[in-house]
Amino acid sequence: MSKSKSAYSIPGKMGKLDTHIIVVWVDNEAGVLARVVGLFSGRGYNIESLAVAEVDMRLNISRITIVTTGTPQVIEQIKLQLKKLVPVHKVADFKREDKNVIFKEMALFKVVGSNKTKEKALKACKKYNAVILDKTKKSYVIQITALRREIDIISKNLKKFGLVSVSRTGAVAMTRGSEIFK
Amino acid sequence: MPKLYSGAEIVFKCLEDQGVEFIFGYPGGAVLPIYDELKNFNSIKHILVRHEQGAGHAAEGYARSSGKPGVLLVTSGPGATNAVTALTDAYMDSVPLVCISGQVPTHLIGTDAFQECDTTGITRPCTKHNWLVKDINDLGKTIHKAFEVATTGRPGPVLVDIPKDVQFKKSKYINFKKQKKLNGKVHNKFSQKNIDELIKLMDKASKPIFYTGGGVVNSGPRASELLRELVNITGFPITSTLQGLGSYPGEDSQFLGMLGMHGSYEANNAMHDCDLMINIGARFDDRITGKIDEFSPKSKKVHIDIDPSSINKNVKVDLPIVGDVAEVISFTIKTIKKIKPNFAKSNKQKISKWWEKIQKWRSINSFDFVNSTETIKPQYAIQRLYELTKNKDTYVTTEVGQHQMWAAQHYKFDKPNRWMTSGGLGTMGYGLPAAVGVQVAHPKKLVIDIAGEASVLMTMQEMSTAVQYNLPIKIFILNNEYMGMVRQWQELLHDKNYSESYTAALPDFVKLAEAYGCVGIRATKPEELDDKIIEMINTDRPVIFDCLVDKEENCFPMIPSGKPHNQMLLGPKDQKQNKITGKGKILV
Repeated sequence: MSKSKSAYSIPGKMGKLDTHIIVVWVDNEAGVLARVVGLFSGRGYNIESLAVAEVDMRLNISRITIVTTGTPQVIEQIKLQLKKLVPVHKVADFKREDKNVIFKEMALFKVVGSNKTKEKALKACKKYNAVILDKTKKSYVIQITALRREIDIISKNLKKFGLVSVSRTGAVAMTRGSEIFK
Repeated sequence: MPKLYSGAEIVFKCLEDQGVEFIFGYPGGAVLPIYDELKNFNSIKHILVRHEQGAGHAAEGYARSSGKPGVLLVTSGPGATNAVTALTDAYMDSVPLVCISGQVPTHLIGTDAFQECDTTGITRPCTKHNWLVKDINDLGKTIHKAFEVATTGRPGPVLVDIPKDVQFKKSKYINFKKQKKLNGKVHNKFSQKNIDELIKLMDKASKPIFYTGGGVVNSGPRASELLRELVNITGFPITSTLQGLGSYPGEDSQFLGMLGMHGSYEANNAMHDCDLMINIGARFDDRITGKIDEFSPKSKKVHIDIDPSSINKNVKVDLPIVGDVAEVISFTIKTIKKIKPNFAKSNKQKISKWWEKIQKWRSINSFDFVNSTETIKPQYAIQRLYELTKNKDTYVTTEVGQHQMWAAQHYKFDKPNRWMTSGGLGTMGYGLPAAVGVQVAHPKKLVIDIAGEASVLMTMQEMSTAVQYNLPIKIFILNNEYMGMVRQWQELLHDKNYSESYTAALPDFVKLAEAYGCVGIRATKPEELDDKIIEMINTDRPVIFDCLVDKEENCFPMIPSGKPHNQMLLGPKDQKQNKITGKGKILV
């Protein structure tokens, strides 16, 4: 590093990396997702998961939930930049360990195998309110709604029981109690 | 039944309602309907450039010298991509631009049609906002919204992409009324409490400094006047960034000159040693701060900025004040007058030691250079240019490189909006087209582009524009045959390996001027410089001035070597000069 001849300064101390869940309310229009995501990709930040859907049909507003990891300074900068975007209405930011916020993800698992394997699969995810959405002689499609790390565990466990396909959503978030984020 | 207008007509109706007088542009297939309509709108004059980048920089020059938004009109595909550099430049330096681009017809979008590109996709990261207008009924309000976004809050460029079929389609047009409350997205968020806190800090400080930037210029001429008053009643020293030059008189005794990498010794040392730094409309750019960890370690920092995302971006501050510079200063002055009418007097004693220290730094005379009777020193050329033009309310643009820094050091401005330079993006080729735009806005004024021979060749074609519209811009080239700043870095950091920084074949600029139909003047000796400059000033046509200068002059002082503000490299006159080594090479 000391031999570098770049025209810029030496990086200072890196801040600690934290996982943040950023929630953005936006006008539901073409290109808005690209604008939001561009603030992350332009800084070389990966988005861990993403969930977007219209939540207010009358006002045409979508809610975007982004899970990402970054230093406090960069997260702060992204939040301030998000607030400056024309189609953005409001921005909320939570840390993953925040007790006042509920986070949920959904996953669909397809398991294929004998009746015995299938039952074992079902048993493996019993703790997490598994719902069977589709049943054939050979297969199950199981729906799970849980935390990210729980889905990670189930996913790992099901590998032994004929898991052939996984599909997961991004996290969605909501504060506990009667308060809403303004 | 209300009258229906075509999309092309609506574009001009909007521009008319926005008070646009000039647009800079270049026609092409996807904007032909708009160009067809031009003849019906006499209040709007079109300036035909030679390259869309030129249109963008000209619009920037127009905007920065007039305070009004610059408008450019380009075609789809290459027209739009050529404008990207100028849009990015405007984004970095907060210049309000409205770019209207043509697009292929709606049904062909996404088919790789002729001259198609994803214009809104390409320009998304270099504009404040952009729109692809697919419905004719949205066109009018979109263009008005575009002007609003470009000019409010922290200004910047926007782009409106209009497919050709939308330009033909017809719709109603609702006349636009300028709303009183224009700042939809950014408000003045400061309170009286912030101001009181600021005054408390100012009262306590014994080593204060104002550090002002382009935000003062962008806030309008009133902000500059208020700034002068504030500096006057406080008695504090003031330094300015490259972009802020002119908002405070360059020859005033309280002004320490520009700060930063090539700033003055006194400004940088004062920044390093101060106990209170009041940043007004600047953004702690890396060319200003040097090594962040050692940037002004002992000071309380106040940051006044209209853009909340500028605060705590590079440097943590103690007191952020989000608001328009003029408003904040105005409140501050009012409050001082109310609660501390004798501020200056009571404070004078307290900061007198600080001023003594500053005078000591000042006596080093860090912009000094070794003059010569044989060759023209570039600094000398700018000093002479300044002396001979300072009473003419001159507008100066620059390209990017050594000449730009010398101009910033030796040309003194006493009014805002007189100095147009590409600071953030550092775009070589900015100055010539910007001068075109400045001259369009101020046809009777003297407009000079202080240029380097390498930069100016990047957009030289715009001389043709200047000639076409009788814009008597003066291109003052400090010709050292090198990309000077590259050469300087190579000398200091890369063991004098001048890799590709020498231009072995340059045009004869005097003949080139004649070829364009303007006037060429060449100066080679110091003794003829004054006469030639006067000849240039007295020529009422565009001039290319080829000033042959010392080829190996370096730009000093400079902050080198991973070092903080208080360890500057001074020029050749300074004996203690230390060599830049190891780690330090990175910072230059």
